[in-house]
Amino acid sequence: MSEEQSFLERLPARGEARDAEPTWVAARRQAGAARFEALGFPTKRDEQWKYTDVRRISQGRFALADNADFSPGQAAALTLPLASAIRLTFVDGVFSAELSDLAALPAGVTVEPLSQALSDNHEAVGGVLGRLTGVDFSPFAALNTAFSEEGAVIRLAPGTVVEAPIVVQFLSRANAEPVMCHPRVLIQAGARSEATVIEHFVGETDAANFTNVVAEALLERGAILTHYNLQEAPLGDLLVTSLQVDQGRDSRFTSFNVNLGGALVRNDLVSELNAEGAEAHLYGLFYAQGRQHVDNHTLVNHNAPHTISNENYKGILDDRARGVFNGKVVVKRDSQKIEADQSNANLLLSDRAEIDTKPELEIYADDVKCSHGATTGQLDEEAVFALRTRGLDEQTARGLLTLAFAGEVMDRVTLDAIAERVERAVAGKLPERFNLTGLVEVAALEQAGHAQEEGGHDRDG
Amino acid sequence: MATEEMEQLVRREYTQGFVTDIESDTVPPGLDESVIAFISQKKGEPQWMLDWRLEAYHQWLKMTSPSWAHLSYPPIDYQAISYYSAPKKPEDRPQSLDEVDPKLLETYEKLGIPLHERAALAGVAVDAVFDSVSVTTTFKDKLAEAGVIFCSISEAIRDYPELVRQYLGSVVPQGDNYFAALNSAVFTDGSFVYVPEGVTCPMELSTYFRINAANTGQFERTLIVCDKRSQVSYLEGCTAPQRDENQLHAAVVELVALEDAYIKYSTVQNWYPGDEDGKGGIYNFVTKRADCRGDRSKVSWTQVETGSAITWKYPSCMLRGKDSVGEFYSVAVTNGRQQADTGTKMIHIGANTKSTIVSKGIAAGRSDQAYRGLVKIGPRARGARNFTQCDSLLIGDRCGAHTFPYQEIGNSTATVEHEATTSKIGEDQLFYCRQRGISEEDAVNMIVNGFCKDVFQELPMEFAVEAEALLNVTLEGAVG
Amino acid sequence: MLEVKDLHVCVEGSEILKGLSLTILPGEVHAIMGPNGAGKSTLSAVIAGKDGYEVTSGTITFEGRDVLDMEIEERAQAGLLMGFQYPVEIPGVKNIYLLKAALNAQRAARGEGEMPAPEFMKLVKEKLAYMKMDPSFLQRAVNEGFSGGEKKRNEILQMLILEPKLAMLDEIDSGLDIDAMKIVAEGVNSLRQADRAILMVTHYQRLLDYITPDKVHVLVDGRIVKSGDKNLALELESRGYEWVVEESAA
Repeated sequence: MSEEQSFLERLPARGEARDAEPTWVAARRQAGAARFEALGFPTKRDEQWKYTDVRRISQGRFALADNADFSPGQAAALTLPLASAIRLTFVDGVFSAELSDLAALPAGVTVEPLSQALSDNHEAVGGVLGRLTGVDFSPFAALNTAFSEEGAVIRLAPGTVVEAPIVVQFLSRANAEPVMCHPRVLIQAGARSEATVIEHFVGETDAANFTNVVAEALLERGAILTHYNLQEAPLGDLLVTSLQVDQGRDSRFTSFNVNLGGALVRNDLVSELNAEGAEAHLYGLFYAQGRQHVDNHTLVNHNAPHTISNENYKGILDDRARGVFNGKVVVKRDSQKIEADQSNANLLLSDRAEIDTKPELEIYADDVKCSHGATTGQLDEEAVFALRTRGLDEQTARGLLTLAFAGEVMDRVTLDAIAERVERAVAGKLPERFNLTGLVEVAALEQAGHAQEEGGHDRDG
Repeated sequence: MATEEMEQLVRREYTQGFVTDIESDTVPPGLDESVIAFISQKKGEPQWMLDWRLEAYHQWLKMTSPSWAHLSYPPIDYQAISYYSAPKKPEDRPQSLDEVDPKLLETYEKLGIPLHERAALAGVAVDAVFDSVSVTTTFKDKLAEAGVIFCSISEAIRDYPELVRQYLGSVVPQGDNYFAALNSAVFTDGSFVYVPEGVTCPMELSTYFRINAANTGQFERTLIVCDKRSQVSYLEGCTAPQRDENQLHAAVVELVALEDAYIKYSTVQNWYPGDEDGKGGIYNFVTKRADCRGDRSKVSWTQVETGSAITWKYPSCMLRGKDSVGEFYSVAVTNGRQQADTGTKMIHIGANTKSTIVSKGIAAGRSDQAYRGLVKIGPRARGARNFTQCDSLLIGDRCGAHTFPYQEIGNSTATVEHEATTSKIGEDQLFYCRQRGISEEDAVNMIVNGFCKDVFQELPMEFAVEAEALLNVTLEGAVG
Repeated sequence: MLEVKDLHVCVEGSEILKGLSLTILPGEVHAIMGPNGAGKSTLSAVIAGKDGYEVTSGTITFEGRDVLDMEIEERAQAGLLMGFQYPVEIPGVKNIYLLKAALNAQRAARGEGEMPAPEFMKLVKEKLAYMKMDPSFLQRAVNEGFSGGEKKRNEILQMLILEPKLAMLDEIDSGLDIDAMKIVAEGVNSLRQADRAILMVTHYQRLLDYITPDKVHVLVDGRIVKSGDKNLALELESRGYEWVVEESAA
């Protein structure tokens, strides 16, 4: 039996649930399974997977979780400290009503688990679900389609502005037997609507599960979506995420992709700039240690004239960690008046760490301003010197500058609670020789006081 | 300015098209062991050389043509190619220019390269390759005095077998890639240079390659070895007659630089690019690699690529020696339906190795151009540095320019920087120049030339002039 | 020398110049002043032939030739040279090349041969010294990395070498400190001679303290609404533009 078949074998395990599902869901599931079997798990011979070996997934044995039990106290400790957030929580892929919070849901907004959307009115979801990030997107998207039954549906009526961040929380448990889940996230942002959606991956320290989430976002004319892919998954977790965004006229998509956890992480992010005035802003930060492997692939398709993209990814790699960045910008024929900027900067803290980066441009129109840059190197020695002249020892100076390196991306984050949380996480990950422990404690104290005073309000309101 | 006018300016007729009528001694098309044996016998090669060729051939049979490049062309029928072509009496090679077939000299005249004048005036030794066999070598005495060996690879196999055996295939192994394997099996000629320890080659070495007989793929093999503390500057220039059939060219160039040696390798490539519909034109699949074997050795590749229907070429440096240096300076111009997938590989193995990449691509017409580069920093390459600047200029809205830079970095003390831009000639820049009374055409030439400046200044003087002429820029000469 | 008659110009569909007329005779220095958005820069751009300006009616003749019928470079070769408000940067193209190419193009248009290199270098060095510019400047790329003052000085340097019949200076004083302005003004003044005219477009009177105009025109809403001598400029300086606007509306 092939690796692919052994995965698909898990499918009939939930036969009784299948009987109730609409025929189009069953058909899509079959199509997903067939496509996955045809594509197979990617190998290093595939250009898109040249630097990432997925055998830890393909050769793994994963069950499907059948309950969402999780201690509320422990969940609270893992949950993002955001005041007045709208929250859907999934435990190993299973929806937990108990750990979800939909109290702050304003009019014009739908936030519900996919299972509920399907049972309440499956036809309303059927038209859009899977239009993006389809079975041809990647073998993992096909696999997800074969399995998907749960996930999050987020819909914003035209003109709706949601102040509270919408959090989709994925909790990973330390199970006796590793499990897998294939959640699907659908975001439909109507014309001129505005929202912030946070996908948050977190869990129990000893967890070692496989999460394969597929998301799709449709931004209609003038819609503004800020999306966070905040990955604090347990260090044994295997995490694959795929997101395709379809952008209408004058829409703006801002992505923050922060990868701190997981043993093997692969993120695919595709932005389709389909109409004039559409903008995509992609920011990323990855920090990998030990033997972590983090692979970020982004693709921006300028399918229409007068579209703008900019991208800034930063990576810090320590120990024997490996980072991959592959950013591609494509300007289609006749897409004139394009501006596209892309940069990737990396810092290697250990001689055994490795970064493989490839910023690509593929351009078929002449009236464009495109640039990209990638740098890998050390901290600015002049800055180290400047700090030392202020009395800091060299290692502390380097630690501070490493923090500042990550800060250049995090400064863009508009949610205070997230920016501070990530900064603290980065400071905590820095090698001991950088000796920032005291500093981090001070920062933590300062933050605790700040949180009390401000009640965790958003930066810039 | 309208796109159409822009295109008008860059559309230039191929002026080097003509056919020289010299009877060829050609084997029938097709490739098998007997053809390889024929070539080896024709060259009077020893048994080890034939064995080496056959080994390459057997590897080639097991390989498939690479498909990863951003190129599209119909499959090549390797059995339709004739693998050997030589002027009728190879044993009667002229010993001086006076003995050279006047038709050949005439040919060079047409190319705008009056060989006798240039060679004499510039002090350049010329090993002119006509079809596949060297027909003339000049300035041999002067080189011999310095101890420099500069001859055809066939002569080298005969006269300096131990040197050839030591180095041939040591940089580009027989089975390195599909085209290199083919070349290793059937190469018919090329140049060999050996510069002994401590010697700076007293003149720039130059070879003009041409493809002449119809249906004859040309498989050059060049090997340059610079011993400790020696230096050489090698110039390679190409042009070809107009033909309807696609012609395959799969050359291999190997450079070896030992301790403190410096090799500068410059190329101007202007093979027939095909007509405006992409008909005809040369397929140029070249493997060029340098091995900076010794500490503090340096290799500098400079190329100006304006010709060929398809270019597949990545001059590379293996930076093994400590403090060794690799450089790559490239200008590639594509027009009509030309396709180019070109770039470089800098493999940093030794400590404190440095590399610089400057690539300027100009795409016009319906051409497609890709820069593909790899910078790899190995775990032992402490303090390694790379800087890459990679710019594309688009002229017209039917062309494409792509950038695929791979960086694989495995050492925390390395510094790698890559910058790339893609833009078009600014309307405001053109207006500014024209407002100073400069014609649109001259303004475009001036701006394109300025765009390429960083690369042109790396070319030896003789080539700089030719390169600028190739880009139809006359201004430099005017200012002098 | 230059005759502009009832010129109407549209930019992206909206009319910027609405019947402008202007006559400049050899030897004269004209200043065109006016509030922002009056169409000052449009006039010089149209005379130079910049794209995107549509002449809907009216004529421009220069020494009897129909300017609107000439290519951009023909206008320059005929002696119509523009000093840009924002001189463009051209990476990689050295100043010396631009100067030589421009001068040769002009000479070729007159049927003259190229100026011999030594003579050319002598000329350039002389003018460079006059503009108090370092010779290293010639080796730098056109305007690339230049300060605002250096760019403007470069514009005047080109004028001194190319010797136009009519020099049009578009806001040549903008962004200059007083020392740089004096050098630029001195350069412009040295251009003054009996067979050459100068047309300056400026928002401020300040420049006119250093370059005394023969005629001053006030451009409001696409038309010249008032002309006078240098005293008009002084009056504008003390009273502003409003009174002219009101007077013309009345």
